[in-house]
Amino acid sequence: MTTLTDPPKEHFRLSMLLYDTRYRSATIQVIAMIGFMLLAAWIINNTIQNLETLGRTVGFDFFAEPASYDINQRLLEYDSRDTHLRAALIGLLNTLVVAVLGCITATIIGVMVGVLRLSNNWLVARIMTVYVEMFRNVPVLLWIVFAMAILIESLPAPRAFRGENPEATMDLFGTVAVTNRGVYVPEFLFSRGLGDIHLFGTSSLRFDVSLDLIAFLIVMGGSIFAMRKVSAWANATQEKTGDRPTIWHIQLGLFFVPSAILLGALGFHLGFPELKGFNFTGGTHLRNSLIALWLALSLYTAAFIAEIVRAGILAISKGQTEAASALGLRPGRTMRLVVLPQALRVIIPPMISNYLNLTKNSSLAIAVGYMDITGTLGGITMNQTGRELECVLLLMLVYLAISLSISAVMNWYNNRVKLVER
Amino acid sequence: MSDVSFVRTEMLPEKEPPASEVGILGWIRHNLFSSWLNAILTLAALYLIYYALSNILSWTFESVWNANSLSECREIMMATWGDTHGHACWGVIKDRWLQLLYGFYPPYPAHPDATWSNPPETGGWPAYFRPNLTFILLLVSIAPVLFTKAPRKLLFVTAAYPFLLPWLMWGGSIWGPLMVAAGFAIGYFVYKLALPAAGSLTALILAIVLPILWWLFASGPVAVAIDSVIPIGIEPVQSRDFGGFMLAILLGVVAIGVSLPIGIVLALGRQSDLMIVKYLCVGFIEFIRGVPLITLLFVASLLLNLFLPPGTNFDIILRVMIMMTLFSAAYMAEVIRGGLAALPRGQYEGADSLGLNYWQAQRLIIMPQALKISIPGIVSTFIGIFKDTTLVSIIGLFDVIGLTNGIRADTAWNGVYWELFAFIGVLFFVVCFSMSRYSMYLERKLQTGHR
Repeated sequence: MTTLTDPPKEHFRLSMLLYDTRYRSATIQVIAMIGFMLLAAWIINNTIQNLETLGRTVGFDFFAEPASYDINQRLLEYDSRDTHLRAALIGLLNTLVVAVLGCITATIIGVMVGVLRLSNNWLVARIMTVYVEMFRNVPVLLWIVFAMAILIESLPAPRAFRGENPEATMDLFGTVAVTNRGVYVPEFLFSRGLGDIHLFGTSSLRFDVSLDLIAFLIVMGGSIFAMRKVSAWANATQEKTGDRPTIWHIQLGLFFVPSAILLGALGFHLGFPELKGFNFTGGTHLRNSLIALWLALSLYTAAFIAEIVRAGILAISKGQTEAASALGLRPGRTMRLVVLPQALRVIIPPMISNYLNLTKNSSLAIAVGYMDITGTLGGITMNQTGRELECVLLLMLVYLAISLSISAVMNWYNNRVKLVER
Repeated sequence: MSDVSFVRTEMLPEKEPPASEVGILGWIRHNLFSSWLNAILTLAALYLIYYALSNILSWTFESVWNANSLSECREIMMATWGDTHGHACWGVIKDRWLQLLYGFYPPYPAHPDATWSNPPETGGWPAYFRPNLTFILLLVSIAPVLFTKAPRKLLFVTAAYPFLLPWLMWGGSIWGPLMVAAGFAIGYFVYKLALPAAGSLTALILAIVLPILWWLFASGPVAVAIDSVIPIGIEPVQSRDFGGFMLAILLGVVAIGVSLPIGIVLALGRQSDLMIVKYLCVGFIEFIRGVPLITLLFVASLLLNLFLPPGTNFDIILRVMIMMTLFSAAYMAEVIRGGLAALPRGQYEGADSLGLNYWQAQRLIIMPQALKISIPGIVSTFIGIFKDTTLVSIIGLFDVIGLTNGIRADTAWNGVYWELFAFIGVLFFVVCFSMSRYSMYLERKLQTGHR
């Protein structure tokens, strides 16, 4: 009887690099690596040669030069004598502002539309379908310039608010002025405020932290902590005795009373916009460019989110809804307690990519003149200094960093709510 | 004892259902007024529809078509309705629709002297025949791909189209595109000839290397040489004249057509076991997906010439096409990767157990199923990239949104917004909406009944 033995050991031959699957993968990878490095070297070499021909150097020293342009919508103080670095920082904050605002409103509108699209009411479902198809099939850039045109062309000018019988009046009991130069909303003021902490002295990265805000956040955090304790105590009591103590008034008091006391102590009041001369003063001025961008991005992204929410809800099997009805839950509660928590797991991953899309689409701010990072670093700074290479590469890096951090945070959240299977 | 109980001995005839439960009334009751909340929602929706339609319809149809400027439009409106609000001035579309569709593309590029106002004598080419012919050929060449009922012979048009498109649009000598096409023929014949003599791998390497050498060093001079002997060509058109909706279609078609194969390769690379290849693909995909398209367009307009050998200065539209293709390829790769990941593991193992090698397994088993699964994603990427072509207006190309600014800069049409936006919106809506409907049709057609 013969026994099966290993085939005789072959000597290594050069052709085995190609024909033997054990070596072939290594060969392919080495070739790919060499190819990639050659390509990179070729591009870098070309760039160096081109820059030499143009007589330019690469460097970021332009960041320390004064920017000498204005940014009208900003979170931190800035004037045209500040450096390009500070202008870029202001732009970055503007990008983040519109991205965060947009993500919040897009989610709210999107979830509402997505749920209403599945409504039993035929008419409402059809209207929502029209909304979704209308926004999904037309470019976002068109929506942005359209929103900007609506704001500029169809809203009243500030002078329409003047006189005995003004053509336009302020909304929300005379607190908000909607004009074609932007929206003026009340601002928060503290008559006995704690002041600010100035960080980073007078450098380009300086910013002020309001102690009032910090105090408010601390008190709010304390309130929420206490509320969770109370609700844990209520749960424990319910477990033990079977009766749940009434806690909603305690919760309400815990939520509002401490912060109200703090705000009273700090002398909190609202500063309302007022018409002075030909324009409004006081209040916070939200420019048209911000509002148009925010509106268009939220409505556009909401259409996509609505489709995701709808798909997520449809992905939950009908048995779940039927079981919930069998337990006697009403449709609203079925949706809130049974369907949505399960649908959330299907919804979150595509939602992440839509938040990313919104953030990236916010770079279209340049079309309406909102000074985000593309408008400052990739716009005026680049045109003034002529540093295309540095500015564009830095701009890409900034967006890459924002995208990667958003997806990191959202993936962490996704992992937390994900169903632990098997 | 009398029997008081009553037992019916015969069946009653079936009654008609109550009128409120069937027919239109029943439908309305069930779908619109099933509860108080629903009734309120219905009434609110009806009011909304009435409000929107009454404004939009009167704006659209009580409108002025025959006017040469906005002020003339307003005069006519004042004369007819006594009001300038709520009436569209379609005169601007009538005046400028050719520009919105074709940009500054010359109407008669076959006749160098002829312009729109100075048409050639009778028997000349119809206006804009080159972009129109390119568009019709596009429809002809994608028909056999989209619909199985279309005659298979049309696939020859599809194969020729990549070479016809640049020639028809940019003009110039026909020998350039023909010599590029010859590269593929060279590759094919080299493979056929070398296969019996040198084995499959050597033949493959030769079939890749020789055409590349041909394109790099020989095709240009050969094309010039043949052209000097037999000049066949049409009037060239400069890239800066391209614009309008035509530019969106051109960029969209090229980006979509080229990005699909690149996306498949990238997706396979990302799924592959070869570590370096995998990380190169992951790096590329994540980088492109992490930055906005507008920064890539900045690269196209400002940096790409820096990255290439000194002295290269090629066309801005070509540069934009390259960046848009790379952009959509990264998104396509992710969509296809989703399809690959959704395939059950058994399919891969089944392919292995049949003894298929990697490429055979991909071609015969994995890809057909993975692509089928990812059709909705692929089409929505197509739609996305087509809509994103409007971004080129930001880097100064005259696409359809860029042209609206130009039209407003004309004193005659200074201040006209809504008519232009409505026109552009409808153009994009029609194209994108039909694409999404086609994808639904395809999904239904390919549905083989699993799950």
